[in-house]
Order: sequence, then structure tokens, then C-alpha cells
Amino acid sequence: MVEEIGKTAEGDLIINVGPQHPATHGVLHLIITLNGETIKKVEPHLGYIHRSIEKMCESLTYRQFIYTTSRMDYLSAHINNHACALTVEKGLGIEIPARAQVIRVLMDELTRIASHELWWGAMAMDLGAFTPFFHAFRERETINDIMEETCGARLTMNYMVPGGVMMDLHPNFQYRVKNFLTLYKRKIHEYDELVTGNIIFQNRMKGVGVLSKEAAISFGVTGPAARGSGVSCDVRKLYPYEIYNTLEFDEILETEGDSFARYMVRLREMNESIKIIEQLIDNIPEGDFQAKTKAVLKLPKGEFYQRVETARGELGVYIVSEGGTTPYRIKFRSPGFSNLSCLDHITRGGKIGDLIASMGTLDLVIPDIDR
Amino acid sequence: MFSLESLTTLVQDWLNKTFPPTWALLIEFVIVGILAIALFAALGLVLVIMERKVAAWIQIRLGPNRVGPLGILQSTADTIKLIMKEGLTPDGADKFLFNLAPFIVMIVSMLILAPIGFAKGFHIWDINIGVLYVSAISSVSVIGILMAGWASNNKYSLLGAMRSGAQMVSYELSVGLSVLSIIVLTGSLNINDIVLSQQNGWWLFKAHIPAIISFVIFIIAITAETNRAPFDLSEAESELTAGFHTEYSGMKFALFFLSEYINIFIVCAIGATLFLGGWMPFHIGNWESFNHIMDYIPSFIWFFGKTFFMIFLIMWFRWTFPRLRVDQLLNLEWKYLLPISMVNLIVMTLVAIKGWHF
Repeated sequence: MVEEIGKTAEGDLIINVGPQHPATHGVLHLIITLNGETIKKVEPHLGYIHRSIEKMCESLTYRQFIYTTSRMDYLSAHINNHACALTVEKGLGIEIPARAQVIRVLMDELTRIASHELWWGAMAMDLGAFTPFFHAFRERETINDIMEETCGARLTMNYMVPGGVMMDLHPNFQYRVKNFLTLYKRKIHEYDELVTGNIIFQNRMKGVGVLSKEAAISFGVTGPAARGSGVSCDVRKLYPYEIYNTLEFDEILETEGDSFARYMVRLREMNESIKIIEQLIDNIPEGDFQAKTKAVLKLPKGEFYQRVETARGELGVYIVSEGGTTPYRIKFRSPGFSNLSCLDHITRGGKIGDLIASMGTLDLVIPDIDR
Repeated sequence: MFSLESLTTLVQDWLNKTFPPTWALLIEFVIVGILAIALFAALGLVLVIMERKVAAWIQIRLGPNRVGPLGILQSTADTIKLIMKEGLTPDGADKFLFNLAPFIVMIVSMLILAPIGFAKGFHIWDINIGVLYVSAISSVSVIGILMAGWASNNKYSLLGAMRSGAQMVSYELSVGLSVLSIIVLTGSLNINDIVLSQQNGWWLFKAHIPAIISFVIFIIAITAETNRAPFDLSEAESELTAGFHTEYSGMKFALFFLSEYINIFIVCAIGATLFLGGWMPFHIGNWESFNHIMDYIPSFIWFFGKTFFMIFLIMWFRWTFPRLRVDQLLNLEWKYLLPISMVNLIVMTLVAIKGWHF
């Protein structure tokens, strides 16, 4: 524990990284114990952006509570909403129209790409390269424009509702998405040229922040961070929801477990998402975009659980219902919290620069950790 | 070739005729001081706006474009803002050292300006050990940075200053050795002599591959010595917030900022002088007519053109590369650059002795 501010009993330096720090991308507070530049311990302190979303959900109806989840992992808002909608639908036993399913998957994958784009830029910025951020935003903006046109919002879309999606696709949607696909394919090689192939970047990433397969499992790490260590954990493949079992895509696995492996997983995952979008964009079935549901939803008494793959890992939504119009208890299993827990393990013995690089590749979104 | 020497001698003669010698000397000091400070201010403004425009160009955006035509007055506005800001001194800081540090850094960059030849016959101090003087004085600025980091009583500052100290002391060696490899060829430490020795071609082209190697090492080392990305560990934004000047605000921060840019200008000017002929126009051996045409371009344009080309290179690095880690930084210097430049120096000596260069 922290005895005297600034020093431990052994005379090591204690530094507060955060709650306001350019590298934590939010209000994460890390107390790091340093011996010179070498890290001896990293202790995350949470709660700076705790909004008690889970408690709030208990007083909101099954239609309303979905909107609060856009504010958890705001970079994959669609996917959060999707998870909640799926859980409610599971409880009600609603059949989703085929068109709504395709739209949902399309939106999920677009969100995943947008999230990974932002991660790519922000991570390069953590390493001291500012330019990739702007290159990433060039592509991300087109996705945001698509979202804005169809959902009416750019970040917290609130598009998924129990029974389908809130409104039909904008007529421009297909055209815009195809434009994005062409842009993306024309520009993606710049990512490799600017960052991946850079010798300084590779030296900073390779062999740094190594997370073994066993450690990844025992810390409960999921998503690209775990797949970088060779843990097969893609919910879309293992426990397919919606129409993922009919789609062709690969689960990206790397075995090194270092920062570079996690980086490569995310880069290659973007290409898989592009593959999914390409399969679907010309095959959006006609029909309803929303199933007929009652005005007031009441889940039967019981417990319902649904997991989805967000851009950061496995998001679980657990609803306990007493049969009323509001949930009795809601619990979110957020990927960021478990991914953060391995930070101390992978950065011990490294330098401060390694901490920043490892944290960048874990892709932490702080409101997702605190909720 | 057009020389500014007539102008400088004219001023000196007039001063000597009008005033007693002591007063003439003092007035000369004042004139030089005013010119140096004016150059400082102008360079600071120009380099800041240049950096922002270069960054914008690399990052596919527009950059400053609101204040003045094309945003060229942006840095002036920023400077006014910084002057108006309160210069805080933290409670736990060592007040004297904290306030002294920015001035040390600033004065050091001012002093290095002295022996640089800006144009033909236009330099402040034609000293016969010019290059030695530059490398001696430039190592003093690390004291200012260490002082700033220590006196701030902030752990980020301290870490930044320690990094900076280790970095600048190490990379000084590579700078020194690559400078030395040109000195071996010219046989003189006088900057004017070095420029004149490149009358029939710049050393970068005349002295074969060793000169190119030492030029590359020189560029890497000066980037590190001026704490610029990819070697900006001392102020690594994502790691140490702002490194050694975390606690500084207002004009005291501006002095650090300004001296960083002036240092870039100075090291690039030294590089341009040693490798690219300073104010010497682009000459090729005995091509009399070609050389004659080149002479029509004034010498200060050559000097500033070359210097700004090198500054552009360094800015290009900053907006392209990620940052190195601290141990990688020191490995690069001690395991690669230093041995290479030592061997390179020996090869260069051989070239100089045998007269293999053009």
C-alpha cells in the first residue's frame, strides 16, 4: 500500500498515472511503483467514471435500459445495444425478421471496424506517432457518416431495440457502405507502411507485454487481446448468435501473446469484418425491420444471459426478472474490466514505455470498465 | 559573389570614427545583441508555424488558417497569449533554480549562434575554434534541463530530465565524431574556413560514402540531441505528460519551447555548414559557367535554404516515426551509432591523408 506519498518503504518511486493522463484515454488511475524506469507494480484504481448503470437499469423498462448501455463501451455502442436486445428477445421468445438480423450484423461489423480504427490511431499516438491518428479518422469518419444517416447519431446510436432495429435503413446505406469498402481497400496498405512495418514500432511491440495462453485464460481476458495469445474465444464462432453461423469469416489467432500479436489480431480482424460486410451488403433481404412486439414488455420470471463479441471482447448481459416491467437485477460482464486485470501481470519488469504500449494494445475503454 | 562584408566593415568604420574605441565596441555589442534577439524571435515564430504547417500537410489536414493570411500570424497570437499567462511557480519547487533553468537553456542557445556564418562575410564572431566552441557550449543546455526537472519537484519532470540527461550526453558523442570527420578533411575548426573549403563542391558529395554515413549519423544524433521525436523521450507526452517542463507555464514554458526550436535551427545550420557548404552556392568542380550562374543566388538564401531543408527533414521524422523506448535509445547510440562513427572517422582520416576526396 501507499505509505508515504511518493515513496515506498524500499525507496521505490510511486507515480500516479492518471486519473488525468494523456495515455489512459479516460479517467483510469494507475499507481505504478518504479525502480528507475523499471516497473515493479501496477495498481489500477477504478471508479472515476462509475455511473451505476447496472443499478439505473433496474428502474428502467426493458425498452429504456438499452439506451444506457451505449454509454458503457461507447466505441461499440451498437454491439452493447445488440447484446441487451438479444437478451430481452431471448426472454420474450421473439423471432427477429431476417432483414433486421442482417442489418444488425452489418451495423455490428461497421462498429467493430470503426472501433479498431480508433484504437489503431490512439495506440500509435501512445507510442508517439501522431500522424496515424488522422489517417485512421479519415476512414472512421465515413463509417460515422453512415451511422449518422441511418441511426441519427454518430457515437451513441441506440439503434437496436427488442424485436429488431429502430428504423429502416437509409436509402443511401448500400451506396455509402460500398464507397467505404472501396476507400478502405485503397487505404489499408498505408496502415502497414506507416506503422506495422516501421522498425521502431516493431521493436517497441515485439516481445513486450507477453501474456501467455494460460495467463490469458486465468485472468479472463477475452477478445483480440486473448486471441493474440492463442486463446480461441470469438463468441461469433463459438456461440453464434443472429446469422453469424451462416457467414464465412475466420477467427484470427496469433500465438506470440506479445503486444505485436495483439496488434496484428486487430488489424486482421478489420479485414474479416470487411469480408462479412461484403457478403451481406448485396443480400439484405426485404421485409420487416422490426418484429411486432407489445407496447409494454414483460419478461417472464427467470434468469437470462446472452453474450456477444464486442470490439474489445466478450460482453455478457445477465438479466434477472421477477416478471415485472423492469429487470430485478442486471449485470454486465464487460470485456474491459477483465482485460485490465492482466495489466500488472504483463507489464512487471518492463519500462514505462512498455506500460503505455501494452495498455494501448489492450484497447481499454474506461467507461466500459467502470460502468 | 555578393558579400555582406562591405556592409559590416562600413558600420564598424563609421562607429570607430565617430566614437572612442571602447564605446564603439559597446555599441557593436548592442547592435549584435539586438540582431540576435530579433533573429531569435523571428525564427521562433517562423519555425513554429512551419512545424504546424508541415504537420498538417503530413496529416492530411489544413493546420492553422484563421489568424492572418493562411494562418501565418497564429504563432504570434500564441506568443502574446503565453506572455499574458501567469507564470506559476509550484509550492514545493526550488524557486531560484526553477526560475533560473529556462534562462540557462535560452542563453545557451543564444551563445551557440555566435560563430555561425549566415551569409558571406556575415557572422557575429569569426573565431578560429568555431566548431569546438559550438559543441562545448551546446552541452551546457543539459544542465538547464536537469535543473528544470529537479527543481520542479515533480516526478514526471524528474524522469524526463534524467532521460534527457542520459540522451543528450550520449548523442553528443556521435555528433562530435561525425563533425570531426569533416574537420579531418578541412583541417580547420573555423567555420569560415570550412565553408570556403567547399568552394568546388560540398563535402557531402566530395568525400564519398564516409561523408554520407557521417551525414546520416549526424542527422540522427542531432534529432536526439534536440529532444525531437522519435527521440523525444524527455517530454514523451503519452508517458510523462510533458517531461521536464510539466510544471512550467506562461513565458517560462515559452522559453523552453523557443529554445527547442532555436536549437533545431542551430544544429541544422551547423549540419548545413559542414556537409552542405553553408552559404557556399552549389558548385561543381571546374564547371566555371555553371558555378558562375549559381553565384548569382545570394549567399544568405543558400544558407537559409539548406538549413530549412534540414529542419524540414527533422520535422518529417517527428510526424512519421513512433517514439523509441529509453533502453532502445541508448542501445542505438552505444551499440550502433558510436562504433559506426568511430570506424567511419578512421576511414575518413585515411581518405583525407591519401587525398582520395575530390
